[in-house]
Amino acid sequence: MLKRGSARVGLGRLAIAALLLGLDCPRAEAHLVTTGLGPVYDGVAHLALSPADLALLVVVTLLAAMRGARPGRWLLALLPSAWLAGGVLGLTLPVNPSLDWAIGLAFLLAGGLVAADRNLPLPVVSGLVTILGAFHGFLTGAALTAAPSAGLELTGEWVALIVIVTLVAGLVVSLKAFWARIVVRVVGSWIAATGLLLIGWSFRA
Amino acid sequence: MTTTSQKSVLWLALLAALATPTSAWAHLQAGEAGGFLSGVHHPISGWDHVLAMVAVGLWGAQLGAPALWLLPVTFPMVMALGAMMGLLGIPLPGVEIGIALSAMVLGTLVATEKRPPLWVAACIVGFFAIFHGHAHGTELPAGQSGLLYSAGFVMATGCLHGMGIAIGVIHRWSAGRLVLRVAGGFIAAAGVYFLVSGLA
Repeated sequence: MLKRGSARVGLGRLAIAALLLGLDCPRAEAHLVTTGLGPVYDGVAHLALSPADLALLVVVTLLAAMRGARPGRWLLALLPSAWLAGGVLGLTLPVNPSLDWAIGLAFLLAGGLVAADRNLPLPVVSGLVTILGAFHGFLTGAALTAAPSAGLELTGEWVALIVIVTLVAGLVVSLKAFWARIVVRVVGSWIAATGLLLIGWSFRA
Repeated sequence: MTTTSQKSVLWLALLAALATPTSAWAHLQAGEAGGFLSGVHHPISGWDHVLAMVAVGLWGAQLGAPALWLLPVTFPMVMALGAMMGLLGIPLPGVEIGIALSAMVLGTLVATEKRPPLWVAACIVGFFAIFHGHAHGTELPAGQSGLLYSAGFVMATGCLHGMGIAIGVIHRWSAGRLVLRVAGGFIAAAGVYFLVSGLA
């Protein structure tokens, strides 16, 4: 057991360390002019803070990862590749389509399949992951055409996508408890219901 | 009991946290926060909706798996279909009567602890979900973030079912079963009140 005196010395050292930490503030690099990485971080933040983008990526990940490790591994290869290809296509084409209804349809399809928890064959899961990933990437790329450093922003989003998809897929593949699978299915049903509402919203008079 | 050294560590942790501030995300996309919170608020803004959705959870808890989770999955999905009809302007007659009847019927099913086949239970819940969804769909305010409003709306509905399921856990005790049946009777009586108010 530590004596009171030695505990005080320890606390004193901790206080000095905290003081040094407080004094050693890094420079505020809010604009990242010098490094040129600003647009990359913009892309990372954009994906992480956009509920529509996150929901679609999460539900596609759930769809593949619920089928087990093998589809989960295919997901890690196919989704980022398809998304990047779609994103580059979206950047190069001079169109910025408003496709809220299609996003709603994607939510409905993927969320409905997660809720149903049907044992889909690997080619079907891979095809859906590729199509939905490319669609999402295309929308993202098309929305970035007006940005000054669109390529870097797209890169940032792509990196964030890989991290998020990998973490979510790893978590879902590792779920063994019955109730945990039910929770994933309920999340899928909520996303499907949101998709239905989004379709109605986009055609609202 | 908190000792002096623990307090010191807490103060140091606070100091360290203040020394490393994060960015202020002050500029949300237009309508985002309002849209989500409006969506969450909508299903809990009326007793008729709240009681019917809690009753779905209570009934699911009485029936046990798989109805326990199947009914709360069915309700939001079919309700969203009804809301889509409302958003698209597709008319549905007797919406308020349907909502009042939902509380009456679901409350009665809980009170009498009826155990129909699973597909019948899902059809009953789905049928009434259409009315609730349609009412919500026609009342959705314009100018909000459609996606976030919808997400908040669905999540709040799911949480009401979850509340019903959590309360329904008492079903495993004999006294709890009685309390649940009384609660079902109360919901059915409230449904009669809603029906009379709607017809008046």
